[in-house]
Amino acid sequence: MSSLEVRHLVKDFKVRGGKLRAVNDVSFTLEPGRTIAVVGESGSGKSTVARMIAQLETPTSGEILLDGAPVARRGRALAVYRHQVQMVFQDPFASLNPYHTVAHHLERPLKIHGVAKGDALRPAVHGLLERVNLTPAEVYAAKQPHEMSGGQRQRVAIARALAPGARFLVADEPVSMLDVSIRLGVLNLLARLQREENLGVLYITHDLATARHFSDEIIVMYRGDVVERGPSDAVILDPQHDYTKTLLAAAPEPSRHGRLRDEVRAELAAGA
Amino acid sequence: MTATTTAGPLSSATHADYLEGLEPVLTAHDISIDYEVDPPVHAVRHASLTLHRGEILGLAGESGCGKTTLAYGLNRLLKPPAILRSGEVTFHDADGTDVDVVALRDDALRAFRWDKVSMVFQGAMNSLNPVISVRKQLHDVMTTHRPQMTRAARDERSAELLALVGVDPARLDSFAHELSGGMRQRVMIAMALALNPQVMIMDEPTTALDVVVQRGILREIMRLREQFRFAVVFITHDLPMLLEISDRIAVMRAGEIVEIDTAESIYTRAQHPYTRELLTAFPSLTGERGSFVRTGRSDETGPSAGTEKGDAS
Repeated sequence: MSSLEVRHLVKDFKVRGGKLRAVNDVSFTLEPGRTIAVVGESGSGKSTVARMIAQLETPTSGEILLDGAPVARRGRALAVYRHQVQMVFQDPFASLNPYHTVAHHLERPLKIHGVAKGDALRPAVHGLLERVNLTPAEVYAAKQPHEMSGGQRQRVAIARALAPGARFLVADEPVSMLDVSIRLGVLNLLARLQREENLGVLYITHDLATARHFSDEIIVMYRGDVVERGPSDAVILDPQHDYTKTLLAAAPEPSRHGRLRDEVRAELAAGA
Repeated sequence: MTATTTAGPLSSATHADYLEGLEPVLTAHDISIDYEVDPPVHAVRHASLTLHRGEILGLAGESGCGKTTLAYGLNRLLKPPAILRSGEVTFHDADGTDVDVVALRDDALRAFRWDKVSMVFQGAMNSLNPVISVRKQLHDVMTTHRPQMTRAARDERSAELLALVGVDPARLDSFAHELSGGMRQRVMIAMALALNPQVMIMDEPTTALDVVVQRGILREIMRLREQFRFAVVFITHDLPMLLEISDRIAVMRAGEIVEIDTAESIYTRAQHPYTRELLTAFPSLTGERGSFVRTGRSDETGPSAGTEKGDAS
């Protein structure tokens, strides 16, 4: 069975005067064609989970398994893991090199991971750009990052993650730096890739609304712990844990316009 | 899709009813602001706004729409290459005098700013001075604008201000790096409150904060507004949040105010296509799965794919 699994993942960071447990015993299984959202606030440990899966941090304890096999620490086996598990970062303004064209950004992973070389590079780059809806591909291939909007840059970052043949994408706040009117486009792209190309997506976010709409399962983290998990609708519409309820109460909900003002007035009137 | 709004921003009949009998505190008329670069950027085009006493006016729009530039124009904070091309800004003081803000110079301008109209800046996480204490920064405001205050009076007022924004006055001797993001933002609000201004301009005051912390601060702003009756211009791209806190909302796009209306009308019957587009950009938290705030569009290209522009900033 094809899957990306984490078991009892723990990460401690050394801080002055001791250690800080950033992630405390997180386990889940991501299958192809599914999206799991990890939601929480700053310091919840959600990004650390993503970084451990992307091999940017070493777990203090626990295991990461791809298709049932533990991830190798080095060598060829680690490279194979990296082909299949790729990360999309939050800031598309920082994650692309301003000196290079889009084609360069996509050719490098194709070459490094041995997917294409020589004459095959150009069509491979164009194929990737088409998969992320940057068409006409030859126009976008020649562009530099500053010639594109944030949403277009993030599409390039997604194409780059797909280049090595990734089956699993770890997307750490992929739209929080983008203008609101282009966020859904990028999320819908990820949803289509998940659906049509059977990609497994781990969606790290602080935004409960998009977590609900774009994932099958939601894991709520608070200070390193998983406090609640379940099917997206269940977690959002029928939260069990107090922290999930607090998060939900704090999220803006346009249909409740004027509510905050009325609450504050009522409180002041009661106190007066 | 370039909606031309030469006829001025769209608004409803409800909006006209709402305005009945309200007293203006700040009026901006036909403001145009350019950035004198090559080629010149017309950042704000013929924008007019009236802010009423005690009201929260939301200014919504995406990066580059001119919302921050307009706010800086209202408070005379523009610096080159930005230049106010045309327009009038009038402040209607509570004592009955009208102040021509654009004509203010030097001492008069310094006396006006912060005293009448204060500001909470974008990125306020980093707007405190890192090398002087919170106490010193609050004192600075008062020594500049209220030189007659004694040290003891300034101390007393500083402690009172922190208490007002929900920060323990014991934190007066803290430095910015010793405070959490939410506390720093509360201190910034305390500074903006220091002189009892009639207008506060808040530029993305909670954008970098976690939702729970953000909620606490919004609640504080709403409470202080009820207590002190200052008016707020609240700038953000977060339309769902504005819908919750604002009395009225102005939607800006490409330097123009395309629609202005009560929060309720914006939510229930937005007229301008761009306003509707912004509303659809936020999935509803508890609405039907797969439906988005108003129209339920969820096609992959996104509501704005056709207008996704190369904002090279």
